[in-house]
Amino acid sequence: MGLKDAEYERIVDILGRHPNLAELGMFAVLWSEHCGYKHSKLALRRLPTGGWRVVQGPGENAGIVDIGGGWAVCWKAESHNHPSAIEPFQGAATGVGGIVRDILAMGARPVAVLDSLRFGDPAEPRVRYLISGVVGGIAAYGNCIGVPTVGGELACDDSYRDNCLVNVMCVGVARRDRLARGVAAGPGNPVLLAGNRTGRDGIHGCTFASEELGERSQERRPAVQVGDPFIEKLLIEACLEALGTGAVVGLNDLGAAGLTSACAETAARAGTGMDIDLDRVKRREPGMSPYEVMISESQERMLLIVERGREAEVTAVFDRWGLEWAEIGRVTDDGVLRVREGGSLAAEVPVAALTRDVPVYDPVVEEPPYLRRAWRAPLPGDFAQGELPGAANRALTAILASPEGCAKDWIFSQYDHMVQVNTVVTPGADAAVLRVKELGPAGLAVTTDGNGRLCYLDPRRGAALAVAEAARNVSCLGAEPLGITNCLNFGNPEKPHVSWQFAAAVDGMAAACRALDVPVTGGNVSFYNETEGAAGRRVHPTPVIGLVGLVADVTRCPKAGFQAPGDVVGLIGPDGAGGGAGDGAGDGDGLGGSLYLYAAHGLVAGRPAAVDFDLERRVQDATRELARSGILASCHDCSEGGLLAAIAECCLLAAPGAGGAEVEVPAGGRVDGALYGELPSRVVVSAAAGDWPRVEAACAARGVPVRRLGRVAPGRIVARRAGGTQALVDVATGELRAAWAGALESLMGGARQ
Amino acid sequence: MTAASCGPTAGAGAHFGVVVFPGSNCDADCYHVIARVVGRPVDYVWHGESDLAGFDCIILPGGFAYGDHLRAGAIARFSPVMGAVRRFADAGGCVLGICNGFQVLLEAGMLPGAMLQNASLRFACRETLLRVDNAGLPFTGRLAAGQVLKIPIAHYQGNYFSGEQELSALEARGGVVFRYCGPDGDASPGANPNGSLRNIAGICNSAGNVLGMMPHPERASEDILGSTDGRLLFLSVVDYIEGRAAARRAAPATGGGGGGGSV
Repeated sequence: MGLKDAEYERIVDILGRHPNLAELGMFAVLWSEHCGYKHSKLALRRLPTGGWRVVQGPGENAGIVDIGGGWAVCWKAESHNHPSAIEPFQGAATGVGGIVRDILAMGARPVAVLDSLRFGDPAEPRVRYLISGVVGGIAAYGNCIGVPTVGGELACDDSYRDNCLVNVMCVGVARRDRLARGVAAGPGNPVLLAGNRTGRDGIHGCTFASEELGERSQERRPAVQVGDPFIEKLLIEACLEALGTGAVVGLNDLGAAGLTSACAETAARAGTGMDIDLDRVKRREPGMSPYEVMISESQERMLLIVERGREAEVTAVFDRWGLEWAEIGRVTDDGVLRVREGGSLAAEVPVAALTRDVPVYDPVVEEPPYLRRAWRAPLPGDFAQGELPGAANRALTAILASPEGCAKDWIFSQYDHMVQVNTVVTPGADAAVLRVKELGPAGLAVTTDGNGRLCYLDPRRGAALAVAEAARNVSCLGAEPLGITNCLNFGNPEKPHVSWQFAAAVDGMAAACRALDVPVTGGNVSFYNETEGAAGRRVHPTPVIGLVGLVADVTRCPKAGFQAPGDVVGLIGPDGAGGGAGDGAGDGDGLGGSLYLYAAHGLVAGRPAAVDFDLERRVQDATRELARSGILASCHDCSEGGLLAAIAECCLLAAPGAGGAEVEVPAGGRVDGALYGELPSRVVVSAAAGDWPRVEAACAARGVPVRRLGRVAPGRIVARRAGGTQALVDVATGELRAAWAGALESLMGGARQ
Repeated sequence: MTAASCGPTAGAGAHFGVVVFPGSNCDADCYHVIARVVGRPVDYVWHGESDLAGFDCIILPGGFAYGDHLRAGAIARFSPVMGAVRRFADAGGCVLGICNGFQVLLEAGMLPGAMLQNASLRFACRETLLRVDNAGLPFTGRLAAGQVLKIPIAHYQGNYFSGEQELSALEARGGVVFRYCGPDGDASPGANPNGSLRNIAGICNSAGNVLGMMPHPERASEDILGSTDGRLLFLSVVDYIEGRAAARRAAPATGGGGGGGSV
């Protein structure tokens, strides 16, 4: 069942007896790494969680932040890596379903889904099968429930070959006075189970997610649940309508660890107990044991705690929506979870033993030896003078045709990203922007960011870079970052090198959040993303940041692409002139861990650049102010692929007739570093020539460097050294567009779902 | 947002009903556009309803009615409200089926033909351009023949199919209302997003008061969402209904309860 001997002994100590099978199953699921956070809890305490807008921090089904006008935004991300590696379509589909119910449990209407996806090399047929299955599963589920999928990421690296990462974030909006909580308050109140029937699917899904994948993992297929988005859609409407009656005391989804978790967690939050009768749980098949009913992870089920005497108001709503429900028990006041079947007691466990007494480990940490080797590794030579611009053109094409750098239309056209008619900025920009109809011109900017390559090379810097990039992304649209949630994807935490990666990444995230004043409102940890054996692989440490920002006026968000020929193209932030010296290969010019080294040279090497938090904050403040002012014609974050990839994207996303640029890049240092280095804290902007002095003045007022690079000039992308005449890059935008727009389709080879 | 979008939620004029099947998911979007953008009275109509008295226009919205189990629209056609919608249409009421609503109208036999899965075998959500081929309908009064509209699609089964004879009859009577096209209005194979026969995106019944279309006009009704071309359909039907009512008031003797469209 996944429990260790010492953990079993601890259970015996707590109960004062041996547990029976049902009780043991309940401990096994709630004390699993997935539910219990055994190896992560201590480190996660270092994250800042407070903020004046925060209504609900970590500990509930999702975090909540106030957005004014009596409204709140609620969001959370969760991983569905293990199930997706075994059964990609259902694994990803139920990942969407689960996180949507978490948001619903807070009383919020789900308004957006974002997916952060990582796979192996798509040249391998099985990887293509996983990609098309995962994308198809997200589409099938998300499209049916009518929640737009508006953002996400895609990255491919061999480290994810056997352990793909499927992280799903859901964002919801709620009236502050209608928020719900997952609490089993009020002894005597009835407990209702609504939605799908309980079956044998998903038995031990969370313990499966708490071990390494191996040759026998395919046998775990029964641990993967099967989703029914139609029922989920009805549950969304019925639960929101039921909350409107005012008779619902508590609401919780049934996700990992099923009924066990929903009952224990709601009782724990309220300091109560619960008495449930399994005979009343509607089942898909006869003959299920109490053990199976308690840990089944059948999808599309919600637990409701209802005010005694007002059951009929709530059940009438579920009847109207054609959903089954059953009153399965009552809230008690003695802090014990009792499970009855056939008139006798099937389990009797103190709630605190299941939730509060979860063993917490302080893992041994040890810096992995690969790290300093990678920092010292010599980088490939710079472009030779004679091979320019051809070699640099080819590098730019490689970056923009890579899974990370290319257009994601092949994916986003499979997702309904417009339903609910709120999507003001559609997928493909720095962040998606959703209006909130009830808040007039205000809205939300949403994004997910992570970079496993940077985190592999320096988990602390890589995690900080991810937070900084996410906040910078929404700042480019004029949004103020409200907070982050995270999905932390790592290998086996019982291995000291992995725990070291984890601790370092959490530290980097904590430092960035503190410096940028962005609280952590919730999160999810996925360990054991590695395969057993000599040929086994471990994923790059991959913290994924899900950030939500508040946009004051969604009608004024700048575009990412250039808008008019002749506009000034400029760079806000450090220009990297001279290359700069750092304490590892490539961190002075941003080549360490860059997409350029990976896409053009097949290398994961060097040391990522460090974020200067003070500068980052000022750059974001200046960018946000300019983005809101209406002065900017365009505004685009500069990250993967460096300065030239950012400028090329501005050309590829440009208004008709504005798809090209002539720029001068700063002199000094390596040419490849100047073009493709990934120094943080940079934003590419454009503005009418007459407005440019105002851009410079706004930056100067905040002490932020700003540099005029050139102008928008349709047709080609041409870059020269400042003061030089030789073209470093000179490529037709159309040529680049073919590579960028067609990359995913050709990588997938016309794959069918 | 436009000034119109801040308008009243209810008022005088054409009264819209938006049908809610279990699994409809564009019902709230249609409601929003009618109430806040078009500024006309609108109510939800539950799928169990069998009386549509008082409504002037019924919208069957997009979504996955009854989960689209079996086939898109295959179960919805049996719901009580569809009997009422048929009677409503027979009496001359205006019916607009959008996306899943179009699929339901096909399954219910209120429009000819059927939907196949997209030729790509993938869901397709993106902007499309539509050429107006019939501007003489209650829903197209504000449009001109040949006009190109920008309205997005979002579907998995939007590949319109029909038998050759049926198709010829449809074409002959001007039943093809919208075709997918390029910027110049050319209904070329390259502009076809789903494999539909003859780039068909929307069709009407012979009376012209029932329109089914795969693209979502409610998603193209506000500047902030990138196009207001879809709003023209809703405004057209408002013109038609309110004009008809005004004519009836002016000449009460004509009677007849509105017999069909203007094809």
